Amino acid sequence: MQALYAQLLVGLINGSFYALLSLGLAVIFGMLNIINFAHGALYMMGAFMAYFLLNLGGINYWWALLLAPIIVGIFGMILERTMLQWLTGLDHLYGLLLTFGIALIVQGVFQNYFGSSGLPYAIPDQLRGGMNLGFMFLPIYRGWVVIFSLVVCLATWYLIEKTRLGAYLRAATENPTLVRAFGINVPRMITLTYGLGVGLAALAGVLSAPINQVRPLMGADLIIVVFAVVVIGGMGSIMGSIITGFALGVIEGLTKYFYPEASNTVVFVLMVLVLLVKPTGLTGRAA
Amino acid sequence: MTALTDDTLPVTPRAMRDEMIAFVVMALLLASVPFTGVYPFFVMQALCFALLACAFNLLIGYGGLLSFGHAMFMGTAGYCSAHALKVWALPPELGVLVGIAAAFVLSLITGYISIRRQGIYFSMITLALSQLLYFIYLQAPFTHGEDGIQGIPQGHMFGVLDLSNATVLYYVVLAGFLAGFLLIYRIINSPFGEVLKSIRENEPRAISLGYRTDQYKFLAFVLSGTLAGFAGALKVFVAQNASLTDVHWSMSGEVVLMTLVGGLGTIFGPVIGAFVIIAMQQYLAGFGQWVTVIQGSIFVICVLTFRRGVIGEIAHYFRRSL
Repeated sequence: MQALYAQLLVGLINGSFYALLSLGLAVIFGMLNIINFAHGALYMMGAFMAYFLLNLGGINYWWALLLAPIIVGIFGMILERTMLQWLTGLDHLYGLLLTFGIALIVQGVFQNYFGSSGLPYAIPDQLRGGMNLGFMFLPIYRGWVVIFSLVVCLATWYLIEKTRLGAYLRAATENPTLVRAFGINVPRMITLTYGLGVGLAALAGVLSAPINQVRPLMGADLIIVVFAVVVIGGMGSIMGSIITGFALGVIEGLTKYFYPEASNTVVFVLMVLVLLVKPTGLTGRAA
Repeated sequence: MTALTDDTLPVTPRAMRDEMIAFVVMALLLASVPFTGVYPFFVMQALCFALLACAFNLLIGYGGLLSFGHAMFMGTAGYCSAHALKVWALPPELGVLVGIAAAFVLSLITGYISIRRQGIYFSMITLALSQLLYFIYLQAPFTHGEDGIQGIPQGHMFGVLDLSNATVLYYVVLAGFLAGFLLIYRIINSPFGEVLKSIRENEPRAISLGYRTDQYKFLAFVLSGTLAGFAGALKVFVAQNASLTDVHWSMSGEVVLMTLVGGLGTIFGPVIGAFVIIAMQQYLAGFGQWVTVIQGSIFVICVLTFRRGVIGEIAHYFRRSL
């Protein structure tokens, strides 16, 4: 039973990363109509930023949690202003190809300087150790990752679905010209939205740094699983991305316990099954 | 949404003549390779990728469907051909057929699943399916995991053509490439190809004209996947191995890059693109990971400034169809 709970916890943690990443993808897709293939590379940059802040600037985990998403988010906004902006109105396949190119560049540069092996990032002192829950031993850092991601996801949901800013954002997705006529700077809003989505990816990177090693390709394979999560959930709703992300992480964790051979493939198999039954995805609108 | 390629010229006798001249020039140039100092294995490898890119282009350039997992057909056909040649000891021509049949079956299944969603979702599904296969091949016993299938016997094609002779092998691969290329050219210029182009330009309109567009797209997917499998089966004879790199999604990305560089939706573009990218990998191998950075930069430059690709720009400049 211990092993089952342990795998469930691993599943919840992976689910947190899936949720944060697919949420960021959904936010970006909503405003820019672009599938951000660079999302995995930006997640990796978040983890590296935390590593640099600690080792070059002596800045601890807590500040990294705030600063790394901001720095990577600004990098994202520069990308949007200098490149992605020019694709407005073109077939969205070009957005996919452009961000794929950006991902190759970013990953290639990091691989050149840091090789392919991992760099360690220590768990902050305050979150060391564990807690005995009676039925299992819970490492505090892992519990923290799950709860913190959940809070961030729900805060993002609240921002987009319940606040005035979110209302502008959703309105601009439906009809940018009309929203512009109301005096709202839509291009700036698009840039900030891309920054927000990128920031969420970077935040996931910082959270994962102490658990997984900091590696240049840490986002490359993860992003494909996240794409499968997105296909399963559909990108129709923000809450849908969050719930699907966590749920698939847990299902993956359970598979690792009951049938480890299939743990790499279970998400993709689920994707196939969902597509056969409900081609638009669980919460998706028709594309 | 604007179309992928902006100016499809009508099929006129002049366009047909231009394309035929270009084809003859290409065939003569390739046929003369063994008489020049060019390393034949480099050209053979490029030819296999050129066929793969042409097959991929059939889907995106004419059907508007961006498959991001096309390497799975090449990889699957490669594994199956290699297994048939080495373990079942089949003659080369049957080995190739086994590979093509495997790619055909795979494209039936993956096409049925992926054609249900359009646009970027289609791309993501093909990518996820190819990653699923990657993990299966990583674990399946017959692929030998990380080692791949090695030391594949080359044998005698049709009992007479000795494939261990580099020149004979070269002409066999060239013949395979030209046959595949002509078949794709024929498909594009058939009534079926015309319907496909109309779906690319405006799918709702094609539907309103009474075409069952899903069936056309599915057929295009199967044709493209099967031809990609043909490329994979040929590659087994050139490389004499089948390995995981051919199924990994980064290979699918390279195929996209080849087609984009040469020109999406042009007939000769993918061939030029494949030669450019393979040459680049050959000669820049010493730069290590910078090759990835260069490839990424080419992606970015192509998408931002150079969307028609090499052949597309030339064709546009001369107002010719190529």
